[in-house]
Amino acid sequence: MTTTTGAEATLPYDEAVAAFDPALGLEVHVELGTATKMFCGCPTEFGAEPNTQVCPVCLGLPGALPVVNETAVESAIRIGLALNCSIAEWCRFARKNYFYPDMPKNFQTSQYDEPIAFDGYLDVQLEDGSTYRVEIERAHMEEDTGKSLHVGGSTGRIHGATHSLVDYNRAGIPLVEIVTRPIVGAGERAPEVARAYVATLRDLLKAMGVSDVKMEQGSMRCDVNLSLAPKGSARLGTRTETKNVNSLRSVERAVRYEVGRHAAVLTGGGSVTQETRHWHEDTGITTSGRLKSDAEDYRYFPEPDLVPVAPSRETVEALRATLPEPPAARRRRLQDAWGYSDLEMRDVLNAGLVELVEETVAAGATPAAARKWWSGEVARRANGEGTDVVTYAQRLGVTPEHVVELERLVDGGRLNDSMARQVWEGVLDGEGGPTQVADARGLELVQDTGALEAAVEKVIAANPDVAEKIRGGKVQAVGALIGQVMKEMRGQADAAAARRLILDRLAPG
Amino acid sequence: MADLTRDDVAHLAGLARIDLSDAELDRMVGELGVILEAVATVQQAPITDVEPMSHPMPIVNVTRPDVVRDCLTPQEALAGAPESEQQRFSVPRILDEE
Repeated sequence: MTTTTGAEATLPYDEAVAAFDPALGLEVHVELGTATKMFCGCPTEFGAEPNTQVCPVCLGLPGALPVVNETAVESAIRIGLALNCSIAEWCRFARKNYFYPDMPKNFQTSQYDEPIAFDGYLDVQLEDGSTYRVEIERAHMEEDTGKSLHVGGSTGRIHGATHSLVDYNRAGIPLVEIVTRPIVGAGERAPEVARAYVATLRDLLKAMGVSDVKMEQGSMRCDVNLSLAPKGSARLGTRTETKNVNSLRSVERAVRYEVGRHAAVLTGGGSVTQETRHWHEDTGITTSGRLKSDAEDYRYFPEPDLVPVAPSRETVEALRATLPEPPAARRRRLQDAWGYSDLEMRDVLNAGLVELVEETVAAGATPAAARKWWSGEVARRANGEGTDVVTYAQRLGVTPEHVVELERLVDGGRLNDSMARQVWEGVLDGEGGPTQVADARGLELVQDTGALEAAVEKVIAANPDVAEKIRGGKVQAVGALIGQVMKEMRGQADAAAARRLILDRLAPG
Repeated sequence: MADLTRDDVAHLAGLARIDLSDAELDRMVGELGVILEAVATVQQAPITDVEPMSHPMPIVNVTRPDVVRDCLTPQEALAGAPESEQQRFSVPRILDEE
């Protein structure tokens, strides 16, 4: 059955993947976190006033000569190494020619058939714990384009615009484009693999410190190539390229959508048009952009204004030595150190809590407490506000030290578990640190053993039948009495102490 | 070298955003053909033992440190622009592409 979503028909996902094998290709553009642009000394700060970070080189003025940013080349090599690539011994930049106002030079300086890094792979872990190896075809250096603002159209889009306004602050910011080989054989899990790949890449690049990889600010952008082949067929179908899919969730959704759309076209007896598609975050669909065949004539040629890049093997090895521990190895090491089960570790990972737990343990908390307090209530509240725990905690000013303080209050015997939960809620409500909240709310285990003993006596007297069972050896019945004692004490008692007292009183014989 | 066709010229004109009339297209086929022919004499050069090159100097790895240098002011940057608005370069609307 075919249903219509937006303008075009799609086949339900399950039916689509039952009949076809998806092949994916992902192109990820990463803006490097260098202080200056790729070929000139203009700064790269995000959000600066328009056209305040420009010079004759990045404006393409006559006579200006580009010079390569040394740090950008090093970052590109490090990225290549982290992706298990070979590093070119000699490579050049090339001009990619096209006439469009986002590039004032009328070409983008890129690399064509001689990328700095090639033939690598990245292992990504899927939700069920299995690993999928994504092969990397190449990673090459290039420069970002300017930003256009379309004026006069009702929607701020190109259609209906009277003219466009261009800001060249972003033009020339160093980019590394990472291109995968076709990802085949993932079947129905193609959307998950796509998302896991982008997430793993993001974590890796962040750990390396080469980019701030903020997808929402555009410092990491993803294009999704997709084609379908009839199940079991070896040949690849006609592909579409969906541009600017700029969140992890959208990567997964865009793949699913395109699988369904291609499948509807193919089962309807049609053929897929090779074209660029635009992703619409709000409606979750793609729409047709320009036809590929019109645009792909870029007449590349070697950039005559730049000399070749030829990193020595010593340079490459020196850069390899600067790579951080790979995220997968780091996760294994931390899981061992923290003594978490696979399930616990996965929950911590999926919630994005690894760094926070690490900081909290470093601050003096036990791994169990760190995991416990950063999951649960905080996660529930963060989720309710549509954010993640780290951002939420940062906004509230809740820190690893607060967790350490809370754990000390429990260990020191001042709070029991349910009181600690109340204190934590107070901390999250902005009432101050744990000790402050406990003081303000008057939360403290009653240390007065007289009061506890009186409560135990009262509860035993009120429940002679239960007391008899315990005397007879049915120790498990003690739970019912502990509950009542805690109620008598309004929760402000140490449950373990109550248990000891009750069992003392009701010892057999 | 294969002859330049009228379609080739029309295609290149489209890529270069140059609007040519039929008469201009006809004229350009002839003129560009002559230029290509003249340049093609280079192909007769004996290059069997010559390494391909893209730069006249045999140098590699010319880089600069990642240090910020002075930029133009927005006024300087926009000084040569035929039109500007909101401190941005104003360009004619762009059709059929995003």
